[in-house]
Amino acid sequence: MADQATFAEQAMPLMSSLYSGALRMTRNPADADDLVQETYLRAFRGFGGFQEGTNLKAWMYRILTNTYINSYRAKQRRPDETDLDEVEDLYLYRRLGGLEAARSGRSAEDELMDTFSEAEVKAAVEALPENFRMAVMLADVEGFAYKEIAEILDIPIGTVMSRLHRGRKALQKALYEYAVTHGLADRPPDDRSPSEPVSSATGTDR
Amino acid sequence: MSDCNETLQELYLYLDGQLTDDDRAHIQQHLDDCSPCLEAYDFEAELRIVIKSRCVDQVPEALRARIAQALEREQ
Repeated sequence: MADQATFAEQAMPLMSSLYSGALRMTRNPADADDLVQETYLRAFRGFGGFQEGTNLKAWMYRILTNTYINSYRAKQRRPDETDLDEVEDLYLYRRLGGLEAARSGRSAEDELMDTFSEAEVKAAVEALPENFRMAVMLADVEGFAYKEIAEILDIPIGTVMSRLHRGRKALQKALYEYAVTHGLADRPPDDRSPSEPVSSATGTDR
Repeated sequence: MSDCNETLQELYLYLDGQLTDDDRAHIQQHLDDCSPCLEAYDFEAELRIVIKSRCVDQVPEALRARIAQALEREQ
């Protein structure tokens, strides 16, 4: 059983991760502030139920997520039930991969860093339908394992995988649209690169 | 070729560290041998780094102070 006296010491360093998560969820700084504060108060009060030796960040993310769903989402609008279009695998790589980097001799990471600003990446993540946004954020930004995401969101692992798979592809599509709109990437004449065909999906789709 | 398909299908499981040791070694071996798949892997891995590093926000000092105070009041 965790001792409340050690809560601040253990939990305060997690605030920047939780705050970023809260911003992506609420998409509103004032709500994010309140959500993080409420999460810390609930976590403090319930800290006796935290099992020492387990992942405190995952435990707090679960509180953050539940608080968001119960208090903030309803305030904003109906739960986002939007579905996603089918997007092929490796969407961005097939359009941006290799080309620029090969020409300039720079790493793909440097190219991507230059192409996508902080504002663009955040906007693309925040534009994802909520279910997909949460899964992508927890995996790709926070680095949680599938099992932890399943526990945080209270959904089966198969659902985590499906949401991640489709959410990531939608994010890549959104990033590509930004790049094209801002003249950072050319739109190929038929919007397809001539790469070899790859059978679609990992079987976890849907 | 079937190795390429398998590798690309499992690329995200590999990146996510969700494969068994055997499957992981199998993909690793293929990436060592196949430069097109390695290139796709590198792109996805680097995109992941870019997304993660772009989604960091600074906690406002006022919020940090507000929460510290609220926790003190609870004690």
